[in-house]
Amino acid sequence: MNLTSIIFLLLSLMAVGSSLMMISSKSPVHSVLWLIVVFFAISGHYILLNAQFLAIVNIIVYAGAIMVLFLFVVMLMNLNAETEPIKNYRLQLVGIVAGGTLLLIIIYAVMKIDVENLVEMKVGDAGLIKNLGMNLFKNYVLPFEISSVLFLSAMIGAVVIGKKDELSK
Amino acid sequence: MMLAMDFAFLIEKLILIVVVVFASLGIAMYTTFAERKVAAILQDRRGPNRAGPFGLLQPLADGMKLFFKEEIIPNFSSKTLFILGPALAMLTACMTSAVIPWGNKVELFGRSIDLQIADVNIGILYVFGVVSLGVYGIMIGAWASNNKFSLMGGLRAASQIISYELAMGISMIALLMVTGTLSLKEMVVQQQHGYWNVVYQPLGFLIFLICAFAECNRTPFDLPEAENELIGGYHTEYSSMKLGFYLFSEYINMFISSVVMATLFFGGYDLPFFDESTLAPNIAAIIGVAALMAKVIAFIFLFMWVRWTIPRFRYDQLMHLGWRILIPLALFNMLATGGAILYFGK
Repeated sequence: MNLTSIIFLLLSLMAVGSSLMMISSKSPVHSVLWLIVVFFAISGHYILLNAQFLAIVNIIVYAGAIMVLFLFVVMLMNLNAETEPIKNYRLQLVGIVAGGTLLLIIIYAVMKIDVENLVEMKVGDAGLIKNLGMNLFKNYVLPFEISSVLFLSAMIGAVVIGKKDELSK
Repeated sequence: MMLAMDFAFLIEKLILIVVVVFASLGIAMYTTFAERKVAAILQDRRGPNRAGPFGLLQPLADGMKLFFKEEIIPNFSSKTLFILGPALAMLTACMTSAVIPWGNKVELFGRSIDLQIADVNIGILYVFGVVSLGVYGIMIGAWASNNKFSLMGGLRAASQIISYELAMGISMIALLMVTGTLSLKEMVVQQQHGYWNVVYQPLGFLIFLICAFAECNRTPFDLPEAENELIGGYHTEYSSMKLGFYLFSEYINMFISSVVMATLFFGGYDLPFFDESTLAPNIAAIIGVAALMAKVIAFIFLFMWVRWTIPRFRYDQLMHLGWRILIPLALFNMLATGGAILYFGK
């Protein structure tokens, strides 16, 4: 077992363990904090895949901005109050079905894994910033532009919803 | 694989890490002293002058005092998170220094040693990532205190840092368009051979400077700890060395952001109007480190000068400045830079 495999296993353990902690902890603030640990583990995997740009952007955008907003909302909503578990059984059933489907897909993917060769160093350089930029703006420029329009519409939507009360006055 | 790695390389990096961390802690320590002295000079007082010659042992005395204070953990707070808060604040403050080029190569014991811990090709984004994580120390500590004033302080800090990160990022994009690299080392080398980046990006530098003040929670943006509204802000419930960690991490942040600004816009370890390559490498490296430190001290003085000159903003003024003035200005700067690059074909 080489060093890369050990790092890979540690990161995977960290990711799985903190995901479990995230869904099992009672306090929503703790859940958010565990989710941040998951993002760090995933960023570590990106670095192993030689995609440093993706790794750092994952941290800046998800751990650094989006989760701060989550934490913000959770902290304001319920100060120290233990949240009520969902009592609606239909919703629970839907959750079980959806989660089970995802689990099936993951099991299928795991079955096809090449166990002998878990990790490889320096495979592909698509994640480096230069190649990523070239790819995005040459080969995939149309999907890129379309998704940016999507983002723009989401932003405008957020502003409209935020201004709803002011407009109706 | 571990064995194949150069053992001397590992030792070299380890020593460099220890030196850099201790140097930034030491500098931050004396920055607290300098802050009090500068405040005293600006207010026509003498400042601390009792401990040691010229009061030079004052930071040690302050640290000792904090260590011996009683440590209080509030009853109703989450103990783990309460301790995690200041620890995270300190950790993120110390992590940024990893990608900063402190000087050129030195030659010791027949080895050529880079005065930079890691020259990663995403250098400046790494700094950005760590800075964006810095807010967790404050938010976790504030929430874990189980105190309304703390929570308000923490929320203020978070929204302030997120708001100013945007303008900072956009001003950085304009700079990256000029330099064409994310590596801090390459940026310094470019500035050694050409003009400093501040010549190309004066507006970008101004925006970056203002945002750096906000990111460090320094006056006029120190609303998270506005004592006349929030008692002590996010660290109201903290005592002893945990409080010390929060206060101290602010000074480390100030030091690191001064280094980042000097590196990005003012040539890093480059001495102006002087060709270092004619000198022996070790002497050139020493001159380089000294030049960087001189620039950093100038920036730290600016931080203090502003603190004791400009009063604190109101919270709506802060948000107005961030969202309605700085972000449009930064966007304009980015467009103008792009246009100029197209026009001059640089």
